[in-house]
Amino acid sequence: MTLSSHPLVRLERLSVAFDGVTVLHGIDLEIRRGETLGLVGESGSGKSVTWLAALGLLPKKAQVAGRVLLDGEDLLGAAETRLDDVRGGRIAMIFQDPASALNPVLTIRRQLGEALALHRGLSGREIGAEAKRLLDLVGIPDAERRLSAYPHEFSGGQNQRIMIAMALAGSPDLLVADEPTTALDATIQAQILDLLAVVRRETGMAMVLISHDLGVVSETCDRVAVMYAGRIVEEGPSAQVFDDPAHPYARGLIGALPPLDGSRRRLVSIPGTVPDPRDPPPGCAFAPRCLHATRDCTAATPQLEEVAAGRRMACILAVHRRALAHREIEFA
Amino acid sequence: MIRYLLGRAARALLTVALVVTFAFVVLRMSADPALVILGPEASPEMIVAFRKAWGLDESIFVQYLDWFRAILRGDLGISMRDGRPAIELVAERIPATLALTIPALMIKIGIGIPAGIWASLHRGTMVDRAVMGLAVAGFTVPSFVLGLTLVLIFSVWLGWLPSGGQDNWVHAVLPIVTMGVGGAAILARFTRSAMLEVLGQPFIRTASAKGVPWGRVIRGHALPNAAIPTVTMVGFMVGTLMAGAVVVESVFSWPGVGRLLVVAVSHRDLAVVQCILLVVAATMVTSNLVVDFLYGFLDPRLRSGARTGGH
Repeated sequence: MTLSSHPLVRLERLSVAFDGVTVLHGIDLEIRRGETLGLVGESGSGKSVTWLAALGLLPKKAQVAGRVLLDGEDLLGAAETRLDDVRGGRIAMIFQDPASALNPVLTIRRQLGEALALHRGLSGREIGAEAKRLLDLVGIPDAERRLSAYPHEFSGGQNQRIMIAMALAGSPDLLVADEPTTALDATIQAQILDLLAVVRRETGMAMVLISHDLGVVSETCDRVAVMYAGRIVEEGPSAQVFDDPAHPYARGLIGALPPLDGSRRRLVSIPGTVPDPRDPPPGCAFAPRCLHATRDCTAATPQLEEVAAGRRMACILAVHRRALAHREIEFA
Repeated sequence: MIRYLLGRAARALLTVALVVTFAFVVLRMSADPALVILGPEASPEMIVAFRKAWGLDESIFVQYLDWFRAILRGDLGISMRDGRPAIELVAERIPATLALTIPALMIKIGIGIPAGIWASLHRGTMVDRAVMGLAVAGFTVPSFVLGLTLVLIFSVWLGWLPSGGQDNWVHAVLPIVTMGVGGAAILARFTRSAMLEVLGQPFIRTASAKGVPWGRVIRGHALPNAAIPTVTMVGFMVGTLMAGAVVVESVFSWPGVGRLLVVAVSHRDLAVVQCILLVVAATMVTSNLVVDFLYGFLDPRLRSGARTGGH
C-alpha cells in the first residue's frame, strides 16, 4: 500500500450518544490527503458532531465510541496532550459564526500567536512576523497594525479570514470547515470560499466542508457524503452524486436545488421533518418521509453498501435499482 | 476614555449629592432632635434655645443651604450629643470597621472566587452540588443569625473565641467570619455562573480546537472573560466596606462606624448621621468608578466604544 492510497483520516463506526440518546450511528468515512469532502444534510443530521467527536471537542457527558484513525493512530483513546498536538497541528477546525468563535478580550496577535507558539514553537518577534504573514495570506489589509486589534474591530468576513489564518498557523493536513460561510453575507461567502480554495491549492491540505448549502459543496468538493439522522446515507464523487443522486433523501435535497442551467422547473420539497433522536422510527430513519418506502424499509436499518467504486448508499430500494440497472446494461 | 471617566465622575458626584440630600430631608422630617436629645423632662424654653442654637428654627430649605455651604467649606457639622466635630467622631471609628470589613473582603474574594471557578469546572458533580449547597446556605442565612450561631458554637459551647468586644485580634475573628461567609457564598455563585456562561461560548471551543491545553484555555481564555461580571460584584463589595458592618458590629458590640450610625440615628444626631452617609456614599461611588475604569481595562469592546463615543 502506497502512502497516497492510505487515508489521512479514517472514521470507523464512530458513534455518539448524549444522555443515552444516540445522535450519531456508526459513521464510516475516509479522507484522503489533499482531497475535499463535502458533508451535507439538514441541521441536526450529525455533520458537526462527527468532527467535534473526532477531535474530542464534545462535552464530557457525550459518549463517543468507534475509532478515529489519523495516519493509523486512534485518536479516541489518545491522551489529552496528544490530542492538543493533533488539534490545530494536524487537523484544524473553523466554525460557523466567526465573531463569537474568536475571544473578544484578546488581541488577534495573542490568538494567532498562541497557535504559532503551540504548533510551530515560535516565540517573540518570530510570532509577530509569522502572524503578519498569515494575515497577509488571508487578505487582511494593513496586517502589521491590525494585529493589535480585537475581534469586534473586524467585520464578520474578516473575522472568518482571521479564523482561517489561525487554522493555517499549525500547518494542518486537514481543515474541517464547519458551515464557514453560513453566518456571512452572500457576497462575502464567495470571497471566503475563494480564499479557502486558494489556501488549499497553496498548502495542499485536505478539507472537509460541512454545509447545508449544496450549491457550495457541488462547486468546491471532490467527494460528497450526505447525512441524515446521524447516518451517512449516500456518498460518492461530487459530480456523480449531484448528477444522479440515488438515495431518496439525497434526491430530495438535490431536487430542492434550483438547476444551474437556468431552466425553470418546480422545486420539490421533502415533506415532514427530521425524526427526534429520542424516538427514532423503526428501520430506515428516512422511511416516514420517503415517497417510495415499502414495508421492507421499516424492517431493518439499511447499511451503507458500495454499489460502484467509491459510490456508497444506504437504501434498499436504491441499491436494488442500481443492481437492476447494472444487469440491464449487461444484457443489452 | 478620559471623557468617559469624567462623565462617570460627574454622575458619581451627583449620586452622592442626591443621597445626602435625601437623608437630610428625611432625618429632619422624621423626628425633632431637640425632643430626642433633651428628653421628656426638658422645659419649652430649653427646647426653643436648643433649636435656635442648632439652627433648627429655620425653614428646612435655609437649613439645607447653610449645611451645603458648610460642606463646601469642608465643615461637616458638630455632633449634637457631645459637641465634637462629626467628622472626628466618624474618623476615629473607621479603623475599627475596616479592621473587620477588609479581612472579610479578603475571605469573600479568597474563598468565593476559587470556589466558584472550581464548581463551574466540575459542573453537575458532587463537588459542584456541595459548593453550591453551601453557597445557598451562606447567603440565605441572615448575618445576625449566622453571627449568633457562631457565638453559640465557638463562644458559649466551645469557649474558644470571645463573643464581643475589641481587646485584641481574637475578638475580630467571629465578626470577620460572619461577614466573610455570606459574601463568599454570593461571590461563589456569581463566579460560577459567569464561568459557565463563558465556558459555553464558541471561542472556548475554538481555543480547544487549535490545541490549547485545557488548563490554559481556562486561564488564558475563560477567566479574562468571566472576570468582567465578577469584578462588578467585587466592586459592590468594596463599596460596602464602610456600611456593610452595621448588623455584625451590633451583634458583636464592635465599636465601628456601623454601631455609631445606629446610635446616631436613634438620637437624631443629625451631623453624625449625615457625615456617615456621606462617607458611605462616597466609598460606594468611588468603588463604582474604579469598577467602570476596570471594565475599560478588561473589556476592549467598552474601551473602543467609549473612544468612538468620545469623537
